[in-house]
Amino acid sequence: MAVRVQAEDFDIGAEIAAFRRADPGIGAIASFIGLVRDVNDGDTVAGMTLEHYPGMTEKALAGIVEQAKGRWDIIDALVIHRVGELKPLDQIVLVVVSGAHRGAAFDACEFIMDYLKTQAPFWKKEQTAQGARWVEARASDDQAAGRWAEPQTK
Amino acid sequence: MSIRILYFARLREDMGIAQEQFELPPGVSDVKSLRAHLAARGGASATAFGAAKAVRVSVNQDLARNDTPVKAGDEIAFFPPVTGG
Repeated sequence: MAVRVQAEDFDIGAEIAAFRRADPGIGAIASFIGLVRDVNDGDTVAGMTLEHYPGMTEKALAGIVEQAKGRWDIIDALVIHRVGELKPLDQIVLVVVSGAHRGAAFDACEFIMDYLKTQAPFWKKEQTAQGARWVEARASDDQAAGRWAEPQTK
Repeated sequence: MSIRILYFARLREDMGIAQEQFELPPGVSDVKSLRAHLAARGGASATAFGAAKAVRVSVNQDLARNDTPVKAGDEIAFFPPVTGG
């Protein structure tokens, strides 16, 4: 299990190649890549600054990955999240989950993202023509995370 | 008998500081009483902890709730709802 918070960009191909290397038990890899969009809430976004809480961020992400490993039959997970100055088209976050089969890998990948969005201490401040503004949390993200709280038998 | 308080994002801007050492006054024993005490200081604190503002809190780097205990030596952080990913 690896969790990284970094300013630098990441190479998806290289990360997945390293992640799956030398484990012939892996039959499926699910991944998610989050990107900076050039529009939000109807306004053009020129760029954003991602702030985080060093120490708690890594602890929160590791805790989320541990929960995923406890709930699904997956082999491993990797989370990379960028911080600092980002522009539209930039990659923000990468989640990669490996398993023997696809079902658990898909579900665990989605779970990790939903919990990351609602529990990991990151904050986006976006630059628009009207000035800089903090991005508001979305109720839809809370709902997405909430569905995993249901008693379930996956 | 002090705690370390960190502020992030909007809270950091409203407070004008990223962190402070805070002497725990009598009667402050959990997140709820700490928050009420900070808001009552007025000025920047009143703005940052205004009633209409959504504020989340962590105690020793774990998400916390109103009834989470606060004791000397703890690291407390206040911040808006998170928006990563």
